[in-house]
Amino acid sequence: MSPVDVPVRTVVVWCDEWPAVASGPVVDRPVAVIRANRIVSVTPMAHTAGVEVGQRRREAQRRCPQVELRERDPDREARVFEQVVGALDELTPRLEISQPGCVRFPARAPARYFGGDDAVAGRARSLVEAVMAGMAGTTGEAGIGVGIADGAFAATLAARQSSNQQSSNQQSSNQQSSNRQSSNQGARVAVVVPGEGSPEFLARFPVGVLVATGDAASSQLVEARRDLVDVLSRLGIRRLGELAALPVADVSARFGPVGLAAHRLASGQDLSPMYLADPPADLEVHAEPDPPLERVDQASFVAKGMADELIDGLRGRGLTASCVVVSAELAGGWCVERRWRHEGALSAAAVAQRVRWQLDGWLTDRKRFGEGRLSEQRGAIIRLTLRPEDIGHDRGRQAGFWGGDDGTGERVVQSLARVQSLVGADAVQVAEWRGGRGPAGQYQLVPLDTVDLDALAGSGPEPWPGRLVGVAPALVWSPPRPVQVLDIGEAVLRVDGRGLLSGEPAWVVDRGRLAVAAWAGPWVTDERWWDPVAHRRRARIQAQLDDGSVHLVVLEAGRWGIEATWD
Amino acid sequence: MLAELHQRIRPTVLAAERTLPVPAALAPLFPVGGLVRGSSLALNGPGATSVALSLLAELTRTGSWVAVVGLGSLGWAAAADAGVVLRRTVAVTQPPLSQWAVVVAALVDAVDVVVVDPRHQVRATDAHRLAARARERGTVMMRLTVPDGARRFRWPSEADVAITAQSRWSGLRSGWGSLEPVSLRLTPSGRRGRPVAPVEVVIGPAGSVESAGGVGPAGSVPRLRRVV
Repeated sequence: MSPVDVPVRTVVVWCDEWPAVASGPVVDRPVAVIRANRIVSVTPMAHTAGVEVGQRRREAQRRCPQVELRERDPDREARVFEQVVGALDELTPRLEISQPGCVRFPARAPARYFGGDDAVAGRARSLVEAVMAGMAGTTGEAGIGVGIADGAFAATLAARQSSNQQSSNQQSSNQQSSNRQSSNQGARVAVVVPGEGSPEFLARFPVGVLVATGDAASSQLVEARRDLVDVLSRLGIRRLGELAALPVADVSARFGPVGLAAHRLASGQDLSPMYLADPPADLEVHAEPDPPLERVDQASFVAKGMADELIDGLRGRGLTASCVVVSAELAGGWCVERRWRHEGALSAAAVAQRVRWQLDGWLTDRKRFGEGRLSEQRGAIIRLTLRPEDIGHDRGRQAGFWGGDDGTGERVVQSLARVQSLVGADAVQVAEWRGGRGPAGQYQLVPLDTVDLDALAGSGPEPWPGRLVGVAPALVWSPPRPVQVLDIGEAVLRVDGRGLLSGEPAWVVDRGRLAVAAWAGPWVTDERWWDPVAHRRRARIQAQLDDGSVHLVVLEAGRWGIEATWD
Repeated sequence: MLAELHQRIRPTVLAAERTLPVPAALAPLFPVGGLVRGSSLALNGPGATSVALSLLAELTRTGSWVAVVGLGSLGWAAAADAGVVLRRTVAVTQPPLSQWAVVVAALVDAVDVVVVDPRHQVRATDAHRLAARARERGTVMMRLTVPDGARRFRWPSEADVAITAQSRWSGLRSGWGSLEPVSLRLTPSGRRGRPVAPVEVVIGPAGSVESAGGVGPAGSVPRLRRVV
């Protein structure tokens, strides 16, 4: 082992269930965050009620009808997390954010200054707890974990373990007494793995943690790891210790780069050896926005251009970066800087997303403290720099020999930036699967910038009981075009409480009047009946008119409308 | 298979052969058996949207990018079912009216196919400028007319290929039944369209386009004029 290969002693601060905590006030109500119909994060109260990560929306609502479901908002998560990171600035300038909710920094220098690992952990915890207490509505609900170990992977696991201890402690204290403060002091402040103890610490963990700690942004990596874990557990290798005990050459020969990376992590080493030489200066990207950046939408536009330039520069030299430093000079003469780390190579879209999050965080922060003591310190952003760090050689992706699928088509996405400058970044959209019963809700248009095109959610596997089956209508009218549906006696057609029609549909009266040649239905859906506001009861029939056109006609609140047309 | 491979590795590409692929069953509608880059295509009549989606499916599957301007009523579930690759399909549903031509021109620069359905009168100068730009960039302008009851203005110039669809849905009875794959009768016309006989196709649930057997008369087979 070369000296470079020694894992760096790292402190990780982990905020448990960050998507739920950041989603807004969570006190005294169970909250869960969903994405593409799956629960991605739950608050302790919701968890106690049986809501778990990975469940479908329906399952969660069955277990806990009063659960408040919120759509995931990564921008908000990152923006709120900036407050937490800002609090840790006091400890060290070398903060690295790997994802909203998880921040890490090298332990050695702060430990020397503050007098030991435990002292640093204690300080980090009290700083973060102070910020969380100041955030509206999150007091006491957020589990914070602090872990210190050799190597970032071991430290992350230690931090998660620490947060679990905290939350279980809190729950028991909730039952015993309302005074949380006192029991928190009794709990362990952090999980500190002694120096060179990481391999023993890691050995007990199941191999599944290799997937769980992967950054959700790089879905391909997570997918590859999941396959690996699947094979490993079927081979009888269930703990990280067993994986680490295998000869590295054999693991590499059998599982390739993914296996090699997993082996390195399991044996307590950092994923990539530190690249000690400074990156060439001309890989940095600067921008001096004029006028200075004050609004988030301006910032996102600048972020995109800079990210493209940065990645182009790296690619031109056959390099990739797994860490990007965003630094900004503010009008008051202040300079702020943050590191964003990402497991695996950063793509242009991922860089742009992180820069946007960061600028969003700074600009919102500035507004928050606008009247307070920070008003003189923080101004608009006058200069921005992106610097790649942890540079490695690009192992590259083989382009198709016949042309064909060129992945995300970054050239196209770049030229679409011109369109975005004309109509606004949010007006250029792609369709993403959301799920639903009606034809209108199944796909939703979302801004191009907010999605990773490689990981765009296609149609999910979930069945939607009661959804319309068969050929999907090619045109969906939103809102439905009002019409009148009459039965053979010229009376307005009704659907009774048991979902039966008052007669046979005979006429559809729009501007003209067309006879119904054939029809099927009705299909009645009664959605969210427990919610007085969002409750919707609808009946749909499919009708073919005598001009040959086929429509989906919907009845809601006594009014008929054409919701969709097969064209 | 071999023929397809041969097509792909042929060394010289004539201007007329810079085409984008279309489903095999629709190829007889196009003068050179595919969408010529830089040309314009108009789709109208009942069933035009289904035809457009099956064309877009083939295009996006083979790596082309598509932009849809306006057309807020497009059913994305139907698009996905037809096989349109959604991550290569961008939508600008509400371009500001004053900037419509500018937005479309920017999209012509960016993607391979632009689908439009303007509700307003497009000025002749804008239309000619867009056509020239599309020809230069090799982008196909697809004009789709959806039956939303709104009045349409005439596009200032005729399309290179215009296809009029006539759909026939079946499967619904009185009170029961389910829709069967749509069968369509497609009549080509337009400046460069050949006066070929209408083509009958059936668009299946997964976006497969089959020619309805035995309907296409022998006259629809491309006939080569002999030059002596």
